Amino acid sequence: MAATSQPSHAAAPSAAVLPLSLVYRVGALVAALAFVGLLILVVGESPLSVLGALISGAFGTADQLGRVVNTLTVLLLCAAGLVFTFNAGLYNLGIEGQITVGAIATTLVLRLLGEALPAPLVIASGIGFGLLGGMGWGLLAGVLKVYGRVSEIFAGLGLNFVAQGLAIYLIFGPWKRPGVASTSGTEPFPESLWLGTFGRTEATPVGVVLALAALALTIVVMRRTYFGLRLRAVGLNLRAAHVLGIPATRQLLAAFALCGALAGVGGALQVVGNFHRLIPTISGGLGFLGLLVVMLVNFNPWFVLPVALFFSALNVGSLQLPLVLRNVDSTLSGVIQGTLVLSALIGRGLDQRRSRA
Amino acid sequence: MKLHSSLTLISMAVVVLLLSACTATVTPASPPSPQLQPAATEFRVGMVVVGPENDKGWNEAHVSGAKYVMEKMPNVKFDIVDKVNPGDRPNVKGAQVADDLIARGAKLVIFNSDDFKDDALEIAKKHPDVMVVHVSGDYAWPEGKNYKNQPNLINYMVKMEPGWMIAGCAAALETKAGRIGTVGPLINEETRRYAVASYLGARYCWEKYRQRDPKDLQFKVTWIGFWFNIPGVTLDPTKVADDFYNGGFDVVMNAIDTPEAAVQARKAADAGKAVKYHHYDHPSGCELSADLCIGVHSYNWGLGYLNIIKQVMESGKVSNNWIWAEADWKNWNNPDSSALLYTKGKALSDENSKLLDQFIAGLGDGSIDLWKGPLNFQDGTPFLKEGERATDVQIWYMPQLLEGMEGQSVPTN
Repeated sequence: MAATSQPSHAAAPSAAVLPLSLVYRVGALVAALAFVGLLILVVGESPLSVLGALISGAFGTADQLGRVVNTLTVLLLCAAGLVFTFNAGLYNLGIEGQITVGAIATTLVLRLLGEALPAPLVIASGIGFGLLGGMGWGLLAGVLKVYGRVSEIFAGLGLNFVAQGLAIYLIFGPWKRPGVASTSGTEPFPESLWLGTFGRTEATPVGVVLALAALALTIVVMRRTYFGLRLRAVGLNLRAAHVLGIPATRQLLAAFALCGALAGVGGALQVVGNFHRLIPTISGGLGFLGLLVVMLVNFNPWFVLPVALFFSALNVGSLQLPLVLRNVDSTLSGVIQGTLVLSALIGRGLDQRRSRA
Repeated sequence: MKLHSSLTLISMAVVVLLLSACTATVTPASPPSPQLQPAATEFRVGMVVVGPENDKGWNEAHVSGAKYVMEKMPNVKFDIVDKVNPGDRPNVKGAQVADDLIARGAKLVIFNSDDFKDDALEIAKKHPDVMVVHVSGDYAWPEGKNYKNQPNLINYMVKMEPGWMIAGCAAALETKAGRIGTVGPLINEETRRYAVASYLGARYCWEKYRQRDPKDLQFKVTWIGFWFNIPGVTLDPTKVADDFYNGGFDVVMNAIDTPEAAVQARKAADAGKAVKYHHYDHPSGCELSADLCIGVHSYNWGLGYLNIIKQVMESGKVSNNWIWAEADWKNWNNPDSSALLYTKGKALSDENSKLLDQFIAGLGDGSIDLWKGPLNFQDGTPFLKEGERATDVQIWYMPQLLEGMEGQSVPTN
């Protein structure tokens, strides 16, 4: 078993050390923001201009706000799923593949049933199969971990490559557009098979409901159920949990299955709510982004929503940077996200080290 | 234990960040647009560019076209977003970029790739008051197979087939081994008709000027899967070019948006191989390995853009939504009148340069017409009967490569 992580909320700090703890963590955050600001100054731009561009790019128009919401729904689903695996002490880096396989399963259903059944039924079936596809792919990583003794990190990364390879094969092969082999994806589905949206934006009510429901369910399961308690016990100490009679293997597999299922729904939403076709990079990196979100909030589901919203806004708003500013590209958002996560982890590490001293 | 856990977490975060970074590049992109709100007299144009703006190829040619328009019409301003593709900007669609450009005041939006055809149609439907130019598509062609009656959608394309014939001819004149390789993009009607045109040019000049049997000319196309390299998704064009040079092909034609054929030609030449390349898309492509460059056929997008923008500014529409712009054969290579340009490279000998001039003159006055039968498709079925001339529809929707060509005609896997 790989080394497991312990959420800091599991060991609540005493009131006496809380202020110093806050100093470490807030200090790390300030240092991260200072670093990003310095970076922006070095390339010859003003941090305030960048901030203004990011905000206007994310919330300046209804379209942009809709895009933030659309990104948020998939990100929330992934992050909610990852709360289970992280709390079980698992680093589910295979989440990108689980999104991809979910999207493939949804595409398959839409292609097979597109004209045979009423559109709402086809869409619902597509999302359902997306869930199952992601769950199956997650379970596969779990089986490799539990029974094959393959680290979930390597199993996940390997399965990501397989999933993307499968998507590329389908797009270039059996599902190719007539006469064309292109990475631009499969033929778009008819509009009847697109999820309905809020007005003329891209945000889908179904996606929002599914994402919020998933997050709420995650909070309830992790905080209010025996299953969640056992999952955290397994994450804290697998051997001890096993000795105490907790079915650790089942818990681990369940965590993989739950995470894969939610990621699979995310993949389904990418197909029916965002791209309306299968593309090779259908996951859009949102699985990896979900990992950063959950690590940043220290696996605590209560904080997933605000941080995921922040990352979604950053993701969408950054497109405005090359339009408004001379020297800054949209990829700055990746630098900001990464710096924040690393600083949060460093701050926590320093705090824990101080606590031990 | 806690410290160990934190270190593990930090390591994991680094891994995740590195993995995320695999799908992104960091380069400053677009021309500055300091004003968020356009001035009243400005006419703002948005351009969605599929690849990097400085690729010395397809994308740079479009950006050059934008600059040409802004020189001629100072009140026209372009907002350009480049690298709009799933590799460089994951989870971003061309339509989303166009929405942002329109929100910034764009009255006309240009999509510069065939791969944006769905985005272009989506934006045209969503913003009926904005003119949408889709380069290389066919939705606005009433005679085409995919016509959509969308009044604010314009298809603009340069008739590059003669350019490819000239390129093929130049390659055939310069090859010593009689082996020409082409680094091709993805397989579709456009890329097939270009490959076919270059083969027709090569075969004509091989036979007519070099007095050689067409059977002795090897003409091979290897498709990488997209217009430029996307690691893990496409074939690596560097490797494809290397395979050609190392496999005895002494002339390689570049048919993708990026210059790997030129870069690898330099390496092969430095290793002692007598190789040359033919570039495509942008005149500066010959600067990469100047002494090895036979020539470059390029698009002059600025001319067409200027014409379209003028019409839209004057009347809010264009006279013809389907534009397949041609070379100005009478005023050859004039950037103010010809949509197609050809620049000879240093690796084209003086003798062959004269032969190429003959060929170009023949294409221009119609004495050389390579779209005439008899021609067979690659699978042996007839394309054109004896004396039959291909129509624009037949050329545009080229279904296969031709007999005598090597390479995949249709995606089969």
